[in-house]
Parts: sequence; structure tokens; C-alpha cells
Amino acid sequence: MAAPVNSVCKTSADRLQVNCTSFQKKTRSKLISIPGTRPSVQNGQLLVSTGVTSLDYLLGGGLAVGTVLLIEEDRFDSYSRMILKYFLAEGVVCRHELFVATAQDNPDEILQVGDETLSSSNVIKNYNSYPCALQSALASSSRFGHYYDVSKTMEVEIRQAAKCHRFYLPDHITPSSAAHRVESYSALLKSLQEVIHREGFDLSKSRNILRVGLHSLGSALWGDDLCCHDKPRHSHALTTFLYGLRALLRSSLSVAVVTLPSHLIQDRALMGNITRLCDNAIALESFKGSERETNPLYKDYHGLLYVRQVPHLNCLARQLPDHKDLAFKLKRKQFTIERLHLPPDLSETVSRVSRGEPVGVASACGSSASGTKNLDF
Amino acid sequence: MFTELNSILNTSPDSYTRGEFILVSDRQSDASFLIHHFLSFYLRARCKVCFLGLAQSFCHYSAVSQRLAKEKGQLVFFEGLKECLSVLTPKENNVESEAMNFLRDPPVGLRSLYEFVRSSVIGSDNMEEGAEQWGPSVLLVDDLSVLLSLGVDVGAVLDFSHYCRALVCSQVQGNMVMLVRCNGEEDDDDDGDIGSDVLLKGLTHQCNLNLHVQGLPTGYCKDIHGQMEVCWKRRQGDAPHMQKNLFQYKVYDKGASFFARGTSSAVL
Repeated sequence: MAAPVNSVCKTSADRLQVNCTSFQKKTRSKLISIPGTRPSVQNGQLLVSTGVTSLDYLLGGGLAVGTVLLIEEDRFDSYSRMILKYFLAEGVVCRHELFVATAQDNPDEILQVGDETLSSSNVIKNYNSYPCALQSALASSSRFGHYYDVSKTMEVEIRQAAKCHRFYLPDHITPSSAAHRVESYSALLKSLQEVIHREGFDLSKSRNILRVGLHSLGSALWGDDLCCHDKPRHSHALTTFLYGLRALLRSSLSVAVVTLPSHLIQDRALMGNITRLCDNAIALESFKGSERETNPLYKDYHGLLYVRQVPHLNCLARQLPDHKDLAFKLKRKQFTIERLHLPPDLSETVSRVSRGEPVGVASACGSSASGTKNLDF
Repeated sequence: MFTELNSILNTSPDSYTRGEFILVSDRQSDASFLIHHFLSFYLRARCKVCFLGLAQSFCHYSAVSQRLAKEKGQLVFFEGLKECLSVLTPKENNVESEAMNFLRDPPVGLRSLYEFVRSSVIGSDNMEEGAEQWGPSVLLVDDLSVLLSLGVDVGAVLDFSHYCRALVCSQVQGNMVMLVRCNGEEDDDDDGDIGSDVLLKGLTHQCNLNLHVQGLPTGYCKDIHGQMEVCWKRRQGDAPHMQKNLFQYKVYDKGASFFARGTSSAVL
């Protein structure tokens, strides 16, 4: 992959034939048909499903091959982990290969993904003499976007049919004294490049997609002090890693989902740099544990979702979302993202209670807070 | 190439000022569409272009402007993404790319990158017989803030831009266009983003023309993507003369339209 300095002076015309990456506008004649992918209607980019159909819609039809989706974790890492599992489950069903890297839990725990179900609207009507399981398996791998039942786990045979590469940080390096660079990220980058090269995802032999799931990057367990200090010592380790990740993905048939505990990072400008080095970025804020959980305004939803960035790939315009006030809810069979609908104010008492958070007001006569609210003269 | 922007800046591929340093900057927005404009502008003006594409891959730029470098030798493209892998994941039998060796050791600075720029700008003068004669050299950088993210010191980036300006604008009388991106609010008290603010201020001081892109002050709008401030610095006589204009813009699939404030097609 390296090129000495004088060779970069070659003209671009030579490069265009050599440099056939996936990140190229597809002409109609040479459409790569890989199961589980489809071309985008806007710019012809090859898309894969994230496993959550409403998230696919937000991202403009799906996740483009060769890009990174950054998920800023919610406080307890429940829903971001769920989206990562959806992403990997989609890879299993579409027969893509997986690469999972974690520092905290064993990768096998993340691979306990939900079971794929056929939603009622997608039931295949015509069965012929093929056995039903094979028919549905064939049909599901050619579909784009599936539904998963998160209360069950996928059968072990189906999961083991998918090839999965694991990177569990404690197996790879031993904690050493601080070098000037964080070693875990370089080890991860090397391992990922090895897998891509060995399995041929850099367009040398394979015609399949590699789905990369990186869990909780930037947390202290990766050896990084971004989340611990105001002025981290290796503040550029993660951004350098993301740059290298972008370089790897742009030159191979892979797609990555990275989760990051952004609520631990104090430096907002650093989050801006990290977001810019990823292509898509969303942030999750769950209501669990906050006072919003019991707020009647939000009773239908589990949290809010913010779209921080959408990319413009091979064209100038971005697919901006229509609305910025989005909320998500997780039901047994579906993770839905929709526009936040506030219930209408129907009675007088409702409007009084729901205006702002309840605050403790110490009144002169010592009555309780709710009492003072009704004193209006 | 955006025709409306050409009329705003009073330039065309046939007549443009030489020896200019154009700074494209943005704050919490994305001004990279302007880089595509300048790339196709200078290619159409038959200049010899040296493009440091640090942020995106080559396929992205070539897909946007389909007429990219159809002539041989007009464009020298440095793909930062590709070269960085040789430094970040070194293999035994592969030669490292020297221009990106600041990745291995950030305090080294950007000297090697400057040497690459120098060799492509100056070295092109000693061309073989029969090659076409191109116009003045132009350096395009997309974008400088990526260098800050990769650990390079602000002072080193300012030095690099100064050396490039001395080489391209003064020595060979070409043009230079650089993109800088900022994050935080302008009057943020906490020292969150000192690096890119210092870089932006330093480069604004050096440049001849500044195109500053921001979001709308009134919030998010689907029809108007933001506002662009055009700031010329000219010297008339002894006194420096500064002229500012404000436009709003909307980016389409293959172009962008610019209009005065309040005259968007969504409003009128």
C-alpha cells in the first residue's frame, strides 16, 4: 500500500485504472452485486443496511460501503450496544463477514445478537418444493433490512455460519509503560489491515462486505486518557486511528460502526474533530435514570437521537434530515426512530405541571413547591 | 465551477489575479464544496495544480468534478489517506512515504510535506521535450485542520503555510487555496479549541481573500445551507483596504448557488 514520494507525482490518469476502490461511482455496466447491498438512488453509492430500518432512512437509505458510522453512546451504553448488535446481526443474516473489537467485554458477548424474524409485511407468499428454511434464508439474504426479535438470541448454527474475526484487547497487548503513542490503537489498526488483506476485501479476491464493529473506543480501557483528563496526554491517538481507519475503509469493501462514550469527554472541540473524521455521526441520549423517564411528555419514547453529521460522498450535496428533533423507542421487535411528537395540552392542570422540570421553591410561608404553584393572584 | 461565485469574486478562468493566497474557512459548517470549485476553476484555467487531498480519497474528488485532469501532467494529486497507511502500519518490505512521516513523530513537523510540494511546483519546470506548457502553479490544500487532528503543532502548520506561500505566491507567482475548519463558538471562554482558532487567525492575517462559511445565525434551514462571508484585503496606496460582503448559499448535487441575504428562492 505504500508508495515512495516520487511515484505520487504520477498523473491521475494512470491512477484511475489502478486505483479501483469500492468508493467509486458505479456505472450501470459494472454493478457489483453482493447480497445485502443495494445502490443508492441519490448518487449510485453502494449501501448496506445498519439493521435498523429507520436509521437506514435517516442516513439516506443505508450506510455507504467504505464509510464509518460514529455512535455517541448513551450514559449506560444500552442502546448504542443494541444498535451495534443490530449491525452485526444484519451482517450474519446477509452472510457478510464480521470483525468485532472490544476492550471491555469479550467479543462473543456482543455477538449474542437478536433473532431474525420475518415481519408480517415481508412474508414470502410463493413457496415451491424447496424446504422452507432454505427458501426463507435465501430470501432474507437478498433482502435489504430485516427485523430482529431482541428477546431471543440467534441460533448458534446461524451465527457460526458467519465468519467472525475477533479482537479482544487484553489478549493482544499487556499494559506497558506509557509510550508516546497509545499502543492499542496501532495494534487494532494492524489487525484490521491484516484481516482485510488476508481475506481479500481490498478487492483482490473477495466479493463480500466486511462489517467492522468497534465498541467503546476512547474509553480508558483502550489505554486512552481522553475520558479521564481535561488535557489528555495523547489527545491525537484516537484521531490518528480514525484517520487510518478511514484510509483502510476507503480502499476496501468494508463498513464500520464505532461507539464512543462521548459523555465522558470534556473537550467539545475534540469531539468535533472526532466527528469530522467519521462520515456519519449520531448521538443517543436515553431517558433512563434521568427525570425525563417519568415525564409524561416522553412516555412513549426511550430516548432522544441527534444526527450530528451526514456525509457528502462523491457529490456536493448532503442528505440532510428533515427534522432535528428525533426520538427513539425500542420495542421487542423493532427499534424505531421518529420525530418527537409532544402530546397535546388538553386540560389546564396538565399545562401547569408539564411546564419545565419541577423545581424546589422555598417559599416564605414554608409550604411545599406544588402549593406555591397554585398561588396565582 | 460555480458561475455565481465567479461573478461574486470578479474572476474567470481567463482572467484572475496571480500571486494570491485564498483562505477558505468554516466554523461548525462544511466549506469543502468551495475547494471543488477552485479545483475545477484552476484546471479550466490551464494551470498546473498541486492538490494535497488529505481529507478524502481521490475517487471522491474525481467523482464530483468529472473533468478532473483529462490532460496529462496537469494535476499532481497527493492522497493523504493512501500514504498514511504506510506510516501507521509499517511493513518490513515496504518503503515508507516520506511526506507523511510526521505521523510517526509529530514534533518533526511538516518539512517533508513541504519538500514534496516544492518538488512538484518547481520540479515541473524541467520538463521533457514536447510536453505541454501549463500556466502558473497552483497549490490547493484540503484541509489543514486534519494536520492538527493528527498531532502536528499549530506553529508547524503556520510555518508550513508560510513556506508554501513564499514558494507559490511570491517565487513562482502562482495561487494558493487552503481550507481550515474550526469547531467552537467564536467567543468561547474556555480553551477548548485554541489550536484551530489560532491557526485561523494566523492564516486570515496572511491571506488576500478569505471566504468564511458559517451556519445561519437563526438556526437550521433545509433550503439555505448557510452563509458565506467574502473578505478582500487589498492595498491601495499606503492604506490596506478591506471589503466584506455577505451571501447565503445552497449546495446542490453538482453545484451551488449564491444569493444575497433574504433573496433565496424558498423565500421569494
